[in-house]
Amino acid sequence: MNKEQFFAEMKTAVLEGEIEAAETLARQFLGLGVSPLEAIEQGYVAGINEVGRLFEEGEMFLPELVAAAEVMKAALAVLEPELAKQQVSREIKGKVVIGTMHNDIHDIGKDMVASMLTASGFEVVNLGVNVPCDTFVSKVRELKPDILGLSALLTTTMPEQKNVVETLEEEGLRAGVKVLIGGAPVNKEWAEAIRADGFAENAIEAVKVAKQLVNK
Amino acid sequence: MLRRKFKPVRSMLEFRVLSDRDVKKIHEAALEVMEEAGVRFPSKRALDILEQAGCKVDRETMVAKLPAKLVMESLRKAPSQYLLAGRDPKDDLWIDDKTSHLSTDGCAVDFYDIRTGLLRRSTKQDITDACKVADYLPEISYIWGPPVSAQDVPAVTRPLHEIEASMDGTTMHIQPETVISREMAYFALEMAAVVAGGREALRKRPLFSYMQCATDPLGQDGGSLDASMVAAEWGIPTGFMPMPMSCATAPATLAGNLVVATVDAVSPLVLMQLVNPGTPVYFAAAPTAIDLQTGGYTGGGPEDFLLAAAFGQICHFYQIPLAMGAFATGAKEPDWQAAVDNCFSGLIPVLTKTAIMNGAGTLNGSKAFSLQELIMDAEIFSMIAKVAEGIEVNDDTLAVDLIKKIGPGGNFLAEKHTRQHMKEIWRPTVYDRKPYGAWLESGKKGAFAEATEKARWILENHTVEPLDPKVKQEFARIIQAAEKELAR
Repeated sequence: MNKEQFFAEMKTAVLEGEIEAAETLARQFLGLGVSPLEAIEQGYVAGINEVGRLFEEGEMFLPELVAAAEVMKAALAVLEPELAKQQVSREIKGKVVIGTMHNDIHDIGKDMVASMLTASGFEVVNLGVNVPCDTFVSKVRELKPDILGLSALLTTTMPEQKNVVETLEEEGLRAGVKVLIGGAPVNKEWAEAIRADGFAENAIEAVKVAKQLVNK
Repeated sequence: MLRRKFKPVRSMLEFRVLSDRDVKKIHEAALEVMEEAGVRFPSKRALDILEQAGCKVDRETMVAKLPAKLVMESLRKAPSQYLLAGRDPKDDLWIDDKTSHLSTDGCAVDFYDIRTGLLRRSTKQDITDACKVADYLPEISYIWGPPVSAQDVPAVTRPLHEIEASMDGTTMHIQPETVISREMAYFALEMAAVVAGGREALRKRPLFSYMQCATDPLGQDGGSLDASMVAAEWGIPTGFMPMPMSCATAPATLAGNLVVATVDAVSPLVLMQLVNPGTPVYFAAAPTAIDLQTGGYTGGGPEDFLLAAAFGQICHFYQIPLAMGAFATGAKEPDWQAAVDNCFSGLIPVLTKTAIMNGAGTLNGSKAFSLQELIMDAEIFSMIAKVAEGIEVNDDTLAVDLIKKIGPGGNFLAEKHTRQHMKEIWRPTVYDRKPYGAWLESGKKGAFAEATEKARWILENHTVEPLDPKVKQEFARIIQAAEKELAR
């Protein structure tokens, strides 16, 4: 296979959600001795862009987007160590740390957001569920993300979102990070009340808002 | 103000989407999944009990594998019918496999203010108002929830405030779904015991039952499990509500969704029967599919209606009462979509003889509560109840002699037979049947405007037997004690 054929197959793997095929292609590609960056950009990202376009047109659906994101993640896991060796880095839209609030174990919505952000070119660190305030704050300090995503499904854990924002302020970390909140009971008024930077009602919205936030 | 008593709905019609063989296949699939993949029980106490009973337990993943034999034994121990008591015995409900009851929806976070018509964050007072309207409506049998979240009181004791606010608004049975820790379960039951007159009186007349949410697929929540084990010790009914969403937390196929729903409803029943054999348990469910565009919850759609009917059949197979999510439209306003959703989701569980339908009064996928919607949902339910009666055919109802007597071209208006039977014909309360001219003159008042007036009238005129001041004092004491203990 030449480069062009690789790119076409990688794109297809993303479009069809074929994780194993994507990993195999990535490994084979490394044997060509070409920069992995090309595979990422002209193969996998091209596939992601196509998925995004088809989704916008109503031809593809959310499960296909999530599958494409998973393919992308798997391919990156193969290619990134090589990138690191060559001391080049891929272009990312921004770094996101995301998690569900303390005493809240709901993860599906937050995970959809994480997948969509990954698929859209963000680097995502998913802290999981039941994340204490201190962990969010220390991760912001350590990883210096562009965006912190806070998810709450319960009205009783919504105040934790406020708590994290306030703690970031107290620790002098607030200026360096945009806070994006979400979850079923959360709305725009709440986002404004707790001085969050953004709010989204679903994963697709979340990507749009995240892109706006990093471009600000 | 006196309430009309509502005849329990016993459907004479029957609707089936699954064959007996289909039901058995789903049952066998669920047994296989419980035994081979297991279910996550993130509670040390639950895992200890399950291990003791012969389940294979992985302490790290907190997954217990349930042998089919144990599952079947547990199902046999759980009662098929039992009482859900009201604070007023007139409101008692007998839960069985023939009767259908409707409750309010629960835990909305927004409330359509009846004075301003605007949507705003819900408060403790909204709970009492919603319960009061529900208390007046003959079609509503009990309070699930609370109907809305009391967001103006501290989160740490919120569930207890919500119970108090509910009891201030109704004498009907209350089924809280926000009691999700062991400590909270004790405080809440203590409140119920104060009203019932002690723990033993409460067991005999459970004024409360608990509802807990499962974490599909194949999992439960730790706090909910701990709370439910307290309920089981006290002999208080508990139900677990799986809400598998096809494509996300369940397979895209509806049969696969039903397997997940069955596993997540049956597996906690096993634990309940181990804690206290014979303790009343019910299945609950709100299986659905995601919105393919956004991945969000839909609050209605043809898949939901099919799943409701099918899961109803599965619960009949197990002879365990089912509380089915219904009337929980995704529509933002009480509009055409709300009516479509709620007619289907209300009718189908009645036709499958589902014991309880949870869900009157909300919009926007259970996130917004509307008193008008509650009134209109109750009206839909009264129509459903009429449909479920079917048509009785006998000499009197055939009225052959009368038809012959009237003969060609006559009418039946002044006949005694008409007066005897006319009240069997359904009559609306808010449904608009005005003549066109009268409708124009009224300022084009439709069902929503009628429901708004009715809601205001109920809030002003309907009185609910208040809680004894001594009970209120005890509530205050319990809430204060909870504040101290839980804030730590």
